[in-house]
Amino acid sequence: MNSNSKILLGHGSGGKLSHELISDIFLKYFNNEILGAQTDSAVLDIPGRHLSFTTDSYVVDPIFFQGGNIGKLAVCGTINDIAVSGAKPLYLSCGFIIEEGFALTDLETIAKTMAEEAKNAGVKIVTGDTKIVNKGKCDKIFINTAGIGVLAPEKKDISFGANIKPGDKIIVNGSIGDHGIAILAARESLSFQTDVQSDCASLNDLIQSCLASSENIKFMRDATRGGIATVLCELAENKNLGVIIEENEVPLKDLVKGTCEVFGFDPLYLANEGKVVMVAGAQDAGLILQKMRSHPLGQDARIIGEITKGHPTKVLMHTEIGGRRIIDMLAGEMLPRIC
Amino acid sequence: MKYIDEYRNKGLVIKIADRIKKISTRKVNLMEVCGGHTMSIQKFGIPYLLPATVNLLSGPGCPVCVSSRKFIDHAVALSRLPNVVIATFGDLIRVPGSTSTLDKEKAAGADIRIVYSIMEAINFAIKLPEKKIIFLGIGFETTAPTSAAGIAYADKENIGNFFFLSSHKIMPPAMSALIDEGVKIDGYIGPGHVSTITGSGMYEDIAGKFNLGVVISGFEPVDLLQSIYMLVDQIENNRQEVAIQYKRFVKPEGNTKAKQLLEDVFELKDDWWRGLGILPKSGLQLREKYARFDATKNFEVEIEKTIEPKGCICGEILKGLKTPKDCKLFAKACSPQNPIGACMVSSEGSCHAFYKYNRG
Repeated sequence: MNSNSKILLGHGSGGKLSHELISDIFLKYFNNEILGAQTDSAVLDIPGRHLSFTTDSYVVDPIFFQGGNIGKLAVCGTINDIAVSGAKPLYLSCGFIIEEGFALTDLETIAKTMAEEAKNAGVKIVTGDTKIVNKGKCDKIFINTAGIGVLAPEKKDISFGANIKPGDKIIVNGSIGDHGIAILAARESLSFQTDVQSDCASLNDLIQSCLASSENIKFMRDATRGGIATVLCELAENKNLGVIIEENEVPLKDLVKGTCEVFGFDPLYLANEGKVVMVAGAQDAGLILQKMRSHPLGQDARIIGEITKGHPTKVLMHTEIGGRRIIDMLAGEMLPRIC
Repeated sequence: MKYIDEYRNKGLVIKIADRIKKISTRKVNLMEVCGGHTMSIQKFGIPYLLPATVNLLSGPGCPVCVSSRKFIDHAVALSRLPNVVIATFGDLIRVPGSTSTLDKEKAAGADIRIVYSIMEAINFAIKLPEKKIIFLGIGFETTAPTSAAGIAYADKENIGNFFFLSSHKIMPPAMSALIDEGVKIDGYIGPGHVSTITGSGMYEDIAGKFNLGVVISGFEPVDLLQSIYMLVDQIENNRQEVAIQYKRFVKPEGNTKAKQLLEDVFELKDDWWRGLGILPKSGLQLREKYARFDATKNFEVEIEKTIEPKGCICGEILKGLKTPKDCKLFAKACSPQNPIGACMVSSEGSCHAFYKYNRG
């Protein structure tokens, strides 16, 4: 990064530029052994207790979309970040930055959704903050949430994927890319309509039920910005192992597939807000799949691939026609402000 | 999904691939000249299915890649003017100019908006009467008619704050120039979308003059493999002809309405192509009667001196003389997040497609 570079939208994509920003600035100055692990949630070893702690900010545009709004996203997103660490989420904070002139009725709608979502997920919003800025100084409303969950000691390794080995299976709880397409459709500038609903949902119940059924879940990530491709690329690189996925096994709605064809998007990179990528020992993969499918948020769950010893750090895909290609980290932005 | 799944049927794909293997005895270089083909071939992993005798080359089919840096420099200069909004396809935003990109200008405060069509840009002009909207027109015969339709609409509606900067080009001069330059090609996979507009007649010259087959192909795996089969079959039997594989869209006469619109709005000019230099009558500029929309005639800006990047072999890659893997910069100094050559930026560029799908 040279001294006259500026922040580009691509720095927020969750892809390569984001990684550079994190390592060149934030890790450089903030680094410690907990942050350095770069997990979705920080795992805190406080005497007598293991805690998961995380924070996320939400700037989605537009703030209302098919299947949710910015408030629902702010609650689900943070709950999911905690849940994928293997912890049970308990408490949330929320901070609002609101633009002068914002409609109170909209704020109420958002707050109501947040309350409902938190209640459904069994989580309490216990502290908060509000800041109002001059018109034009932020776009309508931005929300930050932070969350805390408790982690059973035997689940401590999940965040780090410490026990992953070749032959482990990769499971996804349902169709990918729905959130990305729902946001795209809700943007005024694009005159296209679709019935695709955002998959925005709290995954803690689904994840807890899977964890209860198997002790062989070795790693989880919620595939938000950058999609499942980014999750898999990071996994392969961090673990120095290979990943192979089968395109035909990746669940994808026809509507999402069609929209991707028209706009030239790759669904593997599209954002999700209710999808977990799980790595599990092969012996339990069938059982976990069954458990997922019995849950309302996992009916279309599939085993999409596995961890390999070959081609370490690389993610390969057998294409639907029997060809083979590499899956790379997203460079630059595909769609800004999707969460 | 209808119209997609049939053309991605694994059984059918493997059957055609086997047939190609069966008939192919000579070593052949087949070139596609369409960014959509480049992408499909890499995305579906098609080279993996072909026999060693069939080599696929990627030609100058990506409009962003063949355009001069001067075009970007011009757009950058325009973006710095007060009250100007640049409306552009997303592909152009990160293409390096000599010293800047539209992306960087946007971060520095320029009003640059990504659109999916010229009509979106015209709507900005209607909504923002105090601004001057400049649309960057780029692409071959496929996208040029939509630009022409936009200009005709802006003319009819008398929209005074809409302008157009053209980098539109036409494909046949480049296809001929490549052979003139002695690039070793045994057959062309003809561009499907371009041909939907132009028809197949314009390739007769190539087949006749240069003894080279042209098969106009669709974009799905079955389309591409069938086209490759048809070309290999022609070569093995010493035939050279123009054939249409993409019959569900391409008619021999093309789209006459679109052709008429192109003729009405644009005239041919000599134009510069990366790797090929200036080709006579290969670019499209607005006719005099539409001069009031022409950004080159309505804004005075100083365009910086064009600097082409050192070490970049985009030109030779576009001619099929080299592959991205031959480039010293590829995947090292030049990558999608830090592109040096245009071929690395556009999702349709050879280097980008290679980087993304084929480094395994």
